[in-house]
Amino acid sequence: MATDDYVVMQNICKAFGKVTANHGVNFSVKKGEIHALLGENGSGKSTLMNILAGIYAQDSGTITINGKYVDINCPKDAIDLGIGMVHQHFKQVDVFTAAENIIGGHSRSLFIKKNKNCQKIETLCARFGFNLDPRKMTYRMSVSEKQTVEIVKALFRGATVLILDEPTAVLTPQETTTLFETLRNMRDESCSIIIITHKLNEVMDISDRVTVLRKGESLCTLNTVETTPEQLTELMVGHAVNLHIPFRKINEDKKAVKLEIQNLTVKAPDGKIKLDNISFSIKSHEIFGIAGIAGSGQKELCEAIAGLQTADAGRILLEGKELISLNPSERLGKGISIGFIPEDRLGMGLAGGLTIEENIVLKSYQAQKSFFMDHRASRKAAELLIEEYQVSASNTKQTVRSLSGGNIQKVLLGREISQNPTLLIAAYPVRGLDIAASHFIYNELNKQKERGVAILLIGEDLDVLTSLCDRIGVLHEGRLMGIIDAKSRTKEEIGWMMLGQKAEEHHAKSC
Amino acid sequence: MNDLVLFLQLAVQLGTPLLFATLGGILNDKVGNLNLGIEGMMMVGACAGFGVAYHTSSPLLSIVTAGVASLLLSLLYALVTVTFKGNQTVTGFAITILGTGIANFSGESLSGLTLSPSFIRIMGIQIIPVLINIPILGTVLFSQSYLFHLSLWLAFGLYFYLKKTNYGLIMRMVGENPAAADTSGINTTSYKYIHIALGGLLCGLGGAFLSLVFVPRWQDNIVAGMGWIAVALVIFSTWNPIKAIFGSYLFGLLRALSIKYQNISFRIGNNDISITSQIIDMLPYLLTIVILVLTTLSKKRENQAPAWLGKSYFREDR
Repeated sequence: MATDDYVVMQNICKAFGKVTANHGVNFSVKKGEIHALLGENGSGKSTLMNILAGIYAQDSGTITINGKYVDINCPKDAIDLGIGMVHQHFKQVDVFTAAENIIGGHSRSLFIKKNKNCQKIETLCARFGFNLDPRKMTYRMSVSEKQTVEIVKALFRGATVLILDEPTAVLTPQETTTLFETLRNMRDESCSIIIITHKLNEVMDISDRVTVLRKGESLCTLNTVETTPEQLTELMVGHAVNLHIPFRKINEDKKAVKLEIQNLTVKAPDGKIKLDNISFSIKSHEIFGIAGIAGSGQKELCEAIAGLQTADAGRILLEGKELISLNPSERLGKGISIGFIPEDRLGMGLAGGLTIEENIVLKSYQAQKSFFMDHRASRKAAELLIEEYQVSASNTKQTVRSLSGGNIQKVLLGREISQNPTLLIAAYPVRGLDIAASHFIYNELNKQKERGVAILLIGEDLDVLTSLCDRIGVLHEGRLMGIIDAKSRTKEEIGWMMLGQKAEEHHAKSC
Repeated sequence: MNDLVLFLQLAVQLGTPLLFATLGGILNDKVGNLNLGIEGMMMVGACAGFGVAYHTSSPLLSIVTAGVASLLLSLLYALVTVTFKGNQTVTGFAITILGTGIANFSGESLSGLTLSPSFIRIMGIQIIPVLINIPILGTVLFSQSYLFHLSLWLAFGLYFYLKKTNYGLIMRMVGENPAAADTSGINTTSYKYIHIALGGLLCGLGGAFLSLVFVPRWQDNIVAGMGWIAVALVIFSTWNPIKAIFGSYLFGLLRALSIKYQNISFRIGNNDISITSQIIDMLPYLLTIVILVLTTLSKKRENQAPAWLGKSYFREDR
């Protein structure tokens, strides 16, 4: 092991019950280095870093910092050793100001010295080039501002080792560029930066070295300049994979308008406008993508169409039939079939404590005539689904919660497709899935497209959206900034629209 | 006029135990622990305080005992909900039933006993010179017991603690998002224990006010549902100790109404209308429901319940 390593983790093992998350992992990071930790979902990246940050305690293995053995038993130990972590789900209080979130737990004086705190934070922000208003309430902040709060919080506590867990998952390309700029600044101030990711282009873009994890084991550490995305993927997945997402263009005259949204406006219970006068249509044989920063109205759009959220104005027509004012059971009665894969799979899509069988029958039990459930029919349906979608489950009586993320999604997708929907709504369908499972879902969506289903796809990864979709609508604060052809625009252009520029504006500028 | 002033003075007296208990409830809720055990803690405080007062006639000792007794009960609650991560709602109910049971059982031998005149003189109404001469407010606020003044100062102190001190900030952080506090290096368990214990102590003082100052005797079920009203007042006050003062006195007013006016009758046209005392007795409880409905309509983010209220926190939860 090189002598200039600052933090060294050796032979780290950690199990959660029967699941082994880390098995003999070795990892090290130098001073003044950006180190990428690459691996699929479930490969143990976050677990390893949570051990370094004192959230989890390792079962065995050692950690040295600057050559000395250290015991990290709780987050406080980690903070004292100069380790700061920006978690994927930000650990902050919504009803606090930025300053309160940053100071909370750090200042040991009796009284809160508001002005002095704000000044200190502003000085720190100026040094690293952050743009942050310490007096702003957290719940009024954009995701990227919240992330800045987390980074500043870590630096304020004197972090010299900064861990970022999937920091770009929720950022626009522009915000990502800014973040990477600041990370490079911090590297130049001789901080050690560890960035957890599964995005290869980011690894190539920002890191000096990269460590690949697979199934809880560390495979190797490479210098980024000496490797290629193809090599990294192969290491990460275990075999060569085709990262290409297939797209089939379908002749325009085969398409017919299925869903029409006209001037849709949706307000939150507190009167805040969530969707502002939105109009678009989706045709059969088409995947229509929605891009936008998290919380720009995607959830409200899906739920309004699915009938879970009342619209305040506008019309939603499916094959010419008005959907607004029909509740889900009235829709079933009228033969309107919409498949919905919600963002929160186990919250809204499936009942985690019920078996695969029971979950599958949840949407079709009304078709059964007798008072008692026809278990044979539902078991058959479940067996068919398990076979067709290659769900790895021991039997149809296994509870959905005990399945892996990819298999849960397969059960949900399979159930929704089995209803022969006219329209399929998929909100972040590959969130948390590994590469193989993600590609399974992409292929399934493509199959449905070829069958003539109109598909509304809410996505966060612009690379995926641009390759999978025919057209993309970009949402910004509840307004539709424009509808573009997915193949003719760059990610950066979509990024600008996500930040609030109209399609035409930007086009005019670039012309 | 004089009647009105005396009526308001009574209302404030009746609001005082509610204020103690509401402040205790706020402390519990703000650190993320829903406290439905207030009623039981007040009962234990009332009983322990009276027992010691009868045997020692020492005001200080009896108040301290009342506080400590319900503090011990709240430690039991903390043990179950914080250390063993038990369900807070169920544990709260259990604490109410347990506390009421213990108090009524131990209080059996205390019923019918009276406290020494010197004790009652110290604990009872004190006229504060000069200030008493302020019109109306003089009588309402400055011919009250010491415990009343304590409750008022505690409310202001608690407000200051929550809003202006770093410890208040941290304890709010624990209640809003324990993971945020934990990753900031805060010992969430000890913050929870300390504030649950202090909350229990305040509930005990509320009970002691009833058995030592207001009644002042031991009666079965002396708290009579006030703990439940305090649970509602915590929400009504939007977890703000200053608003808790007004909420408590508003309910005190309604209780005063039912004590002063057993029957209200008036004429509309040729009909004599009389409202029986049972209806008036119902008012505080009815108002509790109305207020709870009204407060859920409040939309301001800062006025909502602590985000992690009622939930347990496991650091290694995934």
